[in-house]
Amino acid sequence: MTKLLLFGYGNPGRGDDSLGPLLVESIQQLSFLHIVKLVDMQLLIEHATDLTGFEQILFVDADVSCEAPFEFSTITAEKDSSYTSHRLSPAALLFIYEHIYRCNAPPSCLLRIRGYHFELGSNLSTEAHANLHAALRYVQNTLMGFHPST
Amino acid sequence: MESNQSSPPATRRIAIDPVSRVEGHGKITLLLDTENRIREARFHIVEFRGFEKFIQGRPYWEVPFLVQRLCGICPVSHQLAAAKAVDQLVGVDELSPAATKLRRLLHFGQILQSHALHFFHLSSPDFLFGFGSDPLQRNIMKVLEHYPEIALKGVKLRKYGQQIIQAITGKRIHGTGTVPGGMNKALSVTERDALLTEIHDILEWSQEALALNEQLHLTHPAHHDFGTLHSNYLSMTGTAGELEFYHGGLRARYADGTMIFDQLDYCGYQKILQEEVRSWSYMKFPYLSDLGIEHGWYRVGPLARINNCDCISTPLAEAARQRFKEFGHNGLVHNTLAYHWARMIELLHCTESIQRLLQDTEITHTELIVENSERRSEGIGVIEAPRGTLFHHYKINEEGLITKANLIVSTTSNNQAMNESIRVVADQYLEGKEITEALLNHLEVAVRAYDPCLSCATHALGKMPLQVELQDASGQIIDRLVKGTSGEIHR
Repeated sequence: MTKLLLFGYGNPGRGDDSLGPLLVESIQQLSFLHIVKLVDMQLLIEHATDLTGFEQILFVDADVSCEAPFEFSTITAEKDSSYTSHRLSPAALLFIYEHIYRCNAPPSCLLRIRGYHFELGSNLSTEAHANLHAALRYVQNTLMGFHPST
Repeated sequence: MESNQSSPPATRRIAIDPVSRVEGHGKITLLLDTENRIREARFHIVEFRGFEKFIQGRPYWEVPFLVQRLCGICPVSHQLAAAKAVDQLVGVDELSPAATKLRRLLHFGQILQSHALHFFHLSSPDFLFGFGSDPLQRNIMKVLEHYPEIALKGVKLRKYGQQIIQAITGKRIHGTGTVPGGMNKALSVTERDALLTEIHDILEWSQEALALNEQLHLTHPAHHDFGTLHSNYLSMTGTAGELEFYHGGLRARYADGTMIFDQLDYCGYQKILQEEVRSWSYMKFPYLSDLGIEHGWYRVGPLARINNCDCISTPLAEAARQRFKEFGHNGLVHNTLAYHWARMIELLHCTESIQRLLQDTEITHTELIVENSERRSEGIGVIEAPRGTLFHHYKINEEGLITKANLIVSTTSNNQAMNESIRVVADQYLEGKEITEALLNHLEVAVRAYDPCLSCATHALGKMPLQVELQDASGQIIDRLVKGTSGEIHR
């Protein structure tokens, strides 16, 4: 059975930044797929150790610059300048994984869901809510593609 | 002790702003005399301090969760210090055994993750690549590339501490857990067993981290004099004089090791501590009242705690403490870079203590709350946070709303000491009027020995560009260096 990590990150206290965690928490378990869900405020170096043992990883994040309702892309390990002790890009996290484990990172994708309002204490905006539903349908359909009979 | 509080009339000013790889931002100003020698160092905290104001008017039970937002590295320390104060507000002087053990476990997890972050993520690049090495080399990403084994163990040590925090508070950062008079959730047997499966690896890596730091300090004589100060030390100790992080009495020693006071009830901290305000910094300058401003400043944190305590209750850390004492010829160790060595002794003590607590059957008990008693109008909570003694003091009105709050965080206690260490290092490494990248990093190394995290001391709001300024005695800027947020440097 394929083991898949769904990793949504963002701050639930900052309006549309909660899109990543909200999507991951909404995904239903499937009998033919071993889905592990992980949510956190942001990516950290420590998360590299959470990536072990998976055949596929899907990172989910809110994004203020992508096309609505969402953009989906494959990502590979890449050294970039995103590192601080507070923040990391998913590609840089894969880069760290490859360095500390001396092997290729699991095949990974990034789902960026368009967000609009990220103010502290804001609720999810109406537009982001619609984008979340579109992204959710897309992810569920994609996951169904893992079913052996489809 | 030498103090450097006043500016002589004829000085040049060099400002280094802000300090990088220190969470939150500081600014260093070096005041030169007319012969370009260091006369004074000022470690400015220029960001707005306001947490004591923010929480006024809030209900007391919210405070432990509000104040933990002070810091993303040691939120648990603030939660626990506030929780101890809140226990007093609701008339609880002693928690249930299970709640006490759970809070201690939480605190050990917090110190473990914070110490791992402090050394491996923020300070190890200085030691592994050298203080004067290429600045682009000196970050955790390069440590991961060049020393993957060391880096991975550091990362896993921190993660283990975070896992303990998550098991108890629900989240790795900014979870809940404490309630007035106890804890809100027991540790399940499943959670305990999951943590126990990794403890042997964590113990092994903690010993390796200590060995690395011992070796780094012992084999680099240049480290011994780096920013070294002969200071007073303040910390909490247990009733037998043992190293204690969660609850105990206050102890202070003079630089020669003799006792200033011992087992002092921390609720009386205002009798022994005063804070001086200086116009050029938002961070205050605490000092021991009886010794006065000039001689009363002190250091807190791992070096203070290991110097101050008489023993450590876990065997491996105690053996390490004895080696540390031998290095200091059974006196106090004043080397500023020995902070890291002391930090790793504490990291090992945390791991041993975590193992003990997880093997204690009471850790999963569910009697977690002591019934609240008569409400009091004032509560004071003190713990040993990763970077030093942390004081939380609250007053409430009849509605239970906060009317006054006073926080003395570890960085504030080390304020004068950081200024002094910077002065010593600058005096050693500044040549002429040129601020080099190497000098900047040497100054940062001195600050990082104490504290990679200034946000709690400043209650940081906002971000500043890096700026290096050189002013002559008349106040004219004769040189300026600016580092942008992505690391680019321009004049």
